[in-house]
Amino acid sequence: MDEKPVVLVEGLHKHFGAAHVLKGIDLAVDSSRVVCVIGPSGSGKSTLLRSMAFLDPYDEGRVFIEGRLLGYRETDGKRVRDSDRNIDSVRSVIGMVFQHYNLWPHKTALGNVTEALRVVRKLGRREAERIGVEMLAKVGVGDKAHDFPARLSGGQQQRTAIARALAMRPHVMYFDEPTSALDPELVGEVLQVMQELAGEGMTMVVVTHEMGFAAHVADEVVFMDGGEVIERGPPDDIFKRPRSGRLREFLDTWRSRTI
Amino acid sequence: MDFLGIISNHHNAFLAGATMTAVVSAVSIALGMVLGLWLAFGLISPNRLIRRASAVYRSAWRGTPILVQLLIVFYLLPEIGLDVPPVAAAIIALTMNTAAFQAEIFRGGLLTIPPGQVEAARMLGLGVLHIRVRILVPQMLRLVLPALVNETISILKNSSLISVIAVTELMRTSQQVVSVTYRPLETYMIAAVVYLAMNLVLARAGAWFERRQAPAAAR
Ligand SMILES: Nc1ncnc2c1ncn2[C@@H]1O[C@H](COP(=O)(O)OP(=O)(O)OP(=O)(O)O)[C@@H](O)[C@H]1O
Ligand SMILES: [Mg+2]
Repeated sequence: MDEKPVVLVEGLHKHFGAAHVLKGIDLAVDSSRVVCVIGPSGSGKSTLLRSMAFLDPYDEGRVFIEGRLLGYRETDGKRVRDSDRNIDSVRSVIGMVFQHYNLWPHKTALGNVTEALRVVRKLGRREAERIGVEMLAKVGVGDKAHDFPARLSGGQQQRTAIARALAMRPHVMYFDEPTSALDPELVGEVLQVMQELAGEGMTMVVVTHEMGFAAHVADEVVFMDGGEVIERGPPDDIFKRPRSGRLREFLDTWRSRTI
Repeated sequence: MDFLGIISNHHNAFLAGATMTAVVSAVSIALGMVLGLWLAFGLISPNRLIRRASAVYRSAWRGTPILVQLLIVFYLLPEIGLDVPPVAAAIIALTMNTAAFQAEIFRGGLLTIPPGQVEAARMLGLGVLHIRVRILVPQMLRLVLPALVNETISILKNSSLISVIAVTELMRTSQQVVSVTYRPLETYMIAAVVYLAMNLVLARAGAWFERRQAPAAAR
């Protein structure tokens, strides 16, 4: 049993100019757990996830990845931004999947997956391609290895992006609304890959509007509104026994939209 | 009108002049591309100082006439102890000029690439230089190819100005031919046709590249 949480967030604050977007977030993600973050648009879900990867530098608080502080160095109470090299090193265990896939359009599906294997992990071409093909097959796009992203459906592109992240053997995967840009009929294939991943014991933080996925797959659901965590707990409590008015309202709005 | 007479007597001089024009232009465009790429990343740098410095360079070289730039470089180099032949001064001036224009073209191209592609690369641990060289520049060059061809054509035409610092390219060659034939109209028309021919080849090559690249992007 690994005692230390894979991701630990303490008192996180983030401003964009005058806007106070994260107002003291605490979060712990233990190994092999799936945490889903839900909440209305603009509540700060993406900003939280991006801060947890230091894509958006946070202002106050701390993010620890496997016990290592991400983004800053602290020496006698003062903190300074860490070097790129150290930041890369701390976040090398994080795999991230974005709403808009962010594949590189001038590289094939396989080229997208092998790039970091070759450059960062310094693998030879054959070894990188072996892993690349294996990863693409794992997410069900093995036959698309030599296609460019523009030839793939949205669902295939997103699965390729998942394969690209998985190839680096991350210890935790972040997903920021991975299915929100997809046509409805393609959502299922991506969620299924994510569910399989969770079944294999991958530690995951998933920002999503897919309440069905959160209800089935999450170990913990975190409801955010206005830059704060309003309520958190097992999916059954969150979806069936919401305590706060804001969560009830959010769930009612969501139900009325989907019916 | 005696075009054939002029051509048959001076075709070697025209050929040498055209070659000089082509070489000076090609070298300036190529060196200007390297400088222009650095400058373009400077123009979009998160560091304000780098951004400012790049913008000042860009504005200075875009905002003054090439002829003035050429003469300043030509007379400045000996002053700072660099005794280089006129052709080197010409290449330096044209390079620094086209770098400013190319930087602006590249900047525009870079801004169309979704920043998410860079974020994905950063999360995979790819370094900034690698991201620029292997992810941003290849996509950007495809996008800006037509503008780059325009800039190349423009440098090729503007290279006629370097005749004033005694580089024997096509324009100066024509002046020399005029001084022995006393046939300015025919001679300069021949020069015009040679410039036009070189630029048509460039435009064709650009169109060919574009056709070749188009399927790759949409593949
Ligand atoms: N780069 C930025 N600059 C300024 N403001 C920003 C920036 N990114 C986000 N914000 C603001 O921060 C707040 C939270 O945004 P965020 O994207 O985290 O919300 P979200 O919960 O992910 O919403 P959605 O469900 O629409 O994706 C919003 O008010 C947004 O306008
Ligand atoms: Mg978001």
